[in-house]
Formats: sequence, structure tokens, C-alpha cells
Amino acid sequence: MADSNQHTGTTALQLTLAWAFVGIPLTLGVIQTLINAMKLFQ
Amino acid sequence: MSLFSFLDRSRTIAKPGFSRWMVPPAALCIHLCIGQAYAFSVFNLPMTKLVGITQSAPDDWNLPELGWIFSIGIFVLGFSAAIFGRWVEEGGPRRAMFTAALCWAVGFLIAAFGVYIHNLWVVYFGYGLVGGCGLGIGYISPVSTLIKWFPDRPGMATGMAIMGFGGGAFIASPLSVWLMSKFSTPTHVGVAETFIVMGAIYFVFMIVGAFIVRVPAPGWKPEGYTPPLRASKLITTSDVFVYDALKTPQFWFIWVVLCINVTAGIGVIGQASAMSQEMFPGKITAVAAAGFVGLMSLFNMAGRFFWASTSDYIGRKNTYFVFMVLGFIMYCTVPYTGSIASVVAFVCCFLVIISMYGGGFATVPAYLRDMFGTRYVGAIHGWLITAWSMAGIFGPVLVNYIREYNVTHGVPKAQAYNVTMYIMAGLFVIGFICNALIKAVNERYHMRTDSDVERAQMQVGAAAKPAGA
Repeated sequence: MADSNQHTGTTALQLTLAWAFVGIPLTLGVIQTLINAMKLFQ
Repeated sequence: MSLFSFLDRSRTIAKPGFSRWMVPPAALCIHLCIGQAYAFSVFNLPMTKLVGITQSAPDDWNLPELGWIFSIGIFVLGFSAAIFGRWVEEGGPRRAMFTAALCWAVGFLIAAFGVYIHNLWVVYFGYGLVGGCGLGIGYISPVSTLIKWFPDRPGMATGMAIMGFGGGAFIASPLSVWLMSKFSTPTHVGVAETFIVMGAIYFVFMIVGAFIVRVPAPGWKPEGYTPPLRASKLITTSDVFVYDALKTPQFWFIWVVLCINVTAGIGVIGQASAMSQEMFPGKITAVAAAGFVGLMSLFNMAGRFFWASTSDYIGRKNTYFVFMVLGFIMYCTVPYTGSIASVVAFVCCFLVIISMYGGGFATVPAYLRDMFGTRYVGAIHGWLITAWSMAGIFGPVLVNYIREYNVTHGVPKAQAYNVTMYIMAGLFVIGFICNALIKAVNERYHMRTDSDVERAQMQVGAAAKPAGA
């Protein structure tokens, strides 16, 4: 079995959605934390 | 066919064409949710004002009482991971993830009810015990699946998932604060409603992960990957049964190494704000200290991915050698940074330490895979997590009580942590020795044939069924 999204398997859209589902909230949280962390250098 | 047959392992076997890159987001769905545990402290202050609203009333709960909610949760995490590890491994990731989602959400709902009737024991039971089981089962549920999908890069794969546990607080903390602000009124704090909404959100998020996850079909391997035919010095090609692994010295050496690594990190995580302000009075303000804590959280999360991925190239044993040596150097340096009043050096030391704290968690599943094979790695990992529970006691005790002792005996606050730092450095020496003693597992522990596997399962299964079921 190949590690790809050929055949009728995983599509690029499914992959994008799955990663966005976890990536977006995580990125927002990291940005918020980074903004707070900058107070150390002020 | 039962109602829940869709949770069976057999229903999660990937069809041809399924991309293994769908599995890390599935694992992250779980770990980002249960990582909320690290942000539970945002509820502490509001929960001390449930009766008094603007300030604590005599009937209100106090901070030490509330501190037990998190402690029980982490303690139950370790022991539920150990008890349910084999059940998780044999039942497959979807059943485990679904159970974890149920426990985690129901834990929040029970805790909300406890807040509503103002009974702390109900909150302990809900978030601590029921939610703690969700933490334990959820934490180990995707580990072995990821290792099976990424035999070529097991460190990176588990690092990605366990990074989510470190990152969960980044989402939970602002979300909790925002929800409480929406539900609070002049006569109401809004904690119970926040618990209910968070339980519902987490349930949906985790269920999505449970439905995405797949296990590879038997014999599957990544394109272009050739599994090693022979075991290398520290990477076995055989499997060790979970209860046989517990009889090996290797398991206990790794247990000690992990315990030391976690002890060193967990003690400073809780005290980072106070410690930085006391060691640098006037230089680090309360606001700057909060920024320092945020920066530590980021390094905790990033270290999980960085160190676990690095371990795929330099090896697991060498990665832990780096942790022990660097940790020793950093802890010996911290008192010096205080004496020369260098905030930058102090911050750098702790950021390195905390990245290795996260890295230790994320690298250890792959270390277990190298030692004991893939078959029961999730269950063995479950038992190893008890090291975390123990470290959760050792770490804060070492930092808090020694500081308290020093302060009451006249040591200036700026130097009150020095002894603790040297003790931590000493612990890393013990960790280094334990890591050096880790050799390949004796062949007599290896499973040889499928009939061996079945026999071992039947023998232990008969005894362990009530606990594991």
C-alpha cells in the first residue's frame, strides 16, 4: 500500500481540512501566548 | 452487531490510498483537548469567589483545596494510563479515543454540577477522577497507532501528538477566560456554565479525532521504507509482552530517567513566576514574569516536537544523554545567573530545561518502541506514565519545601533556590547513569510466535480482565 492520496483514498481537501481543524486553534493560541510573552522584554 | 461496533479495531483498518498524514491531526484532536489540564489554574481564582462573587466569602473554597483538583487529575492520569493501557492497545485507537472523549466531557459536566451545588468533592470526582481517566486513556490512545504509521520516523510522529498536550493550554486558557466573561453576571461567576460549554466543545473535537483515526492494514509500510531485517544494537525488531516488559531492568531505568527529567521540569513550571521575581527583585516584574511563564509554555510545546524529531536522527539513548548533560549544566548555571544578575542567562537556562522537559515526554514512546517493539508499546507507555505521577509529587516538593526551609532559616530569597538547583543537577547525574545502563532487552523476553502471544494474552487476560475492561 502506498503512502499517498492516490486511488479513492484521502484527498488533498480532506488533509487540508483535518490539519486546519487542529492547526487554526493552535496557531491562534500560540500567537496569543507569544503576545503575552513579549511582556518579558518590555 | 452491537451499537458501538463502529468503534472496533477491525472497523478502523485503513483502506488503500489512506494518507498516514491524516493520523497526526486525529491524535492532535485528542491531545489538544486533554492538554486543557495545564490551564486549569485559570479557574482557581474565580472558584474562590463562587459565593462571595467579588471577594472570597467564608463559605468559599480556598486555593489549596482547589489545587487538589489538578493534582488528582494528573495522579489519575498516570494510573488510568497504566490500568487501561492494555485495553487501549487491544481495543484499537477509536474505542480508546471515544472513551476518552466521554470521560473528559462527562468529567466537565460532573464538575459543573459540583460547582452548581457548591460541593468540592463532586468536583474532585468529576474533573479529578472521571476526567483524569479521560486524560490517561486519551494520552496513550494515539501513541502506538502513530508509531505503526510512521515506522521510519516514530519520534517525530509521537512528538507531534504529544506536542498537542503541551499546546492545549494555549487554546484552553483564553477560551476559558472568554467564556467566563460571557457567563458572568454581577451575581454569578459563570464557572459552571463554562465547564458545560467546554465539555461539549471538547467532546465534539475529540469525536472528530476518533472518526478520522485509522490503523494501518497488516503488512503495510510507507512507500520506499525498508524495515531493518536485523535488530540494531538498541532497536529491536521483536515484541515484548506488556507484563514481561515490566520485569525488565530496561523499563525501570527508563522509568527513573523519565521521572528525573519530569521532576526537574515540573517543579519549576509551577514556581517559575515567583522564582523569577524572587531571584531578580526589581528586574523581573509580575507582568514580565507572566511573559516568562508564557515563553516557557511555548518552549515546552516546541521542545516536544524538536527533541522527539531529533531523536530519529541521533537515537533515543543519545537524546536522553543530551537531556541529562545539558540539564546538569543548566541547573548548575542558574545560581550563577542569579549572582551576576543576568536575566537573559537565567531565562535561557530555563527555556532549555523546559524544552527538554517536553522533549522527554515526547521522545519516550519511541524509546519504548526501540526497546520493546511496536505491539504493546501503548500499554507499556501507559505503565511508564506512572513516573509522571511520582514526579508530580517530587518536583513541587523539592522546589517549594526547600525554598521554604531556606527562607525560614534566614537565606535571602534571591538565593533560596540555589540548593534546589544543585539537587536537580545531582538528579541528572543519576539519570545519566541509569540511561547509560540501558542495553538491549534480553531475548528471553521476546515474543517468538503467534501462539506465544495468544498464550501470554490468555494467561494475563484472565487475571486482568476486570481491571482492564
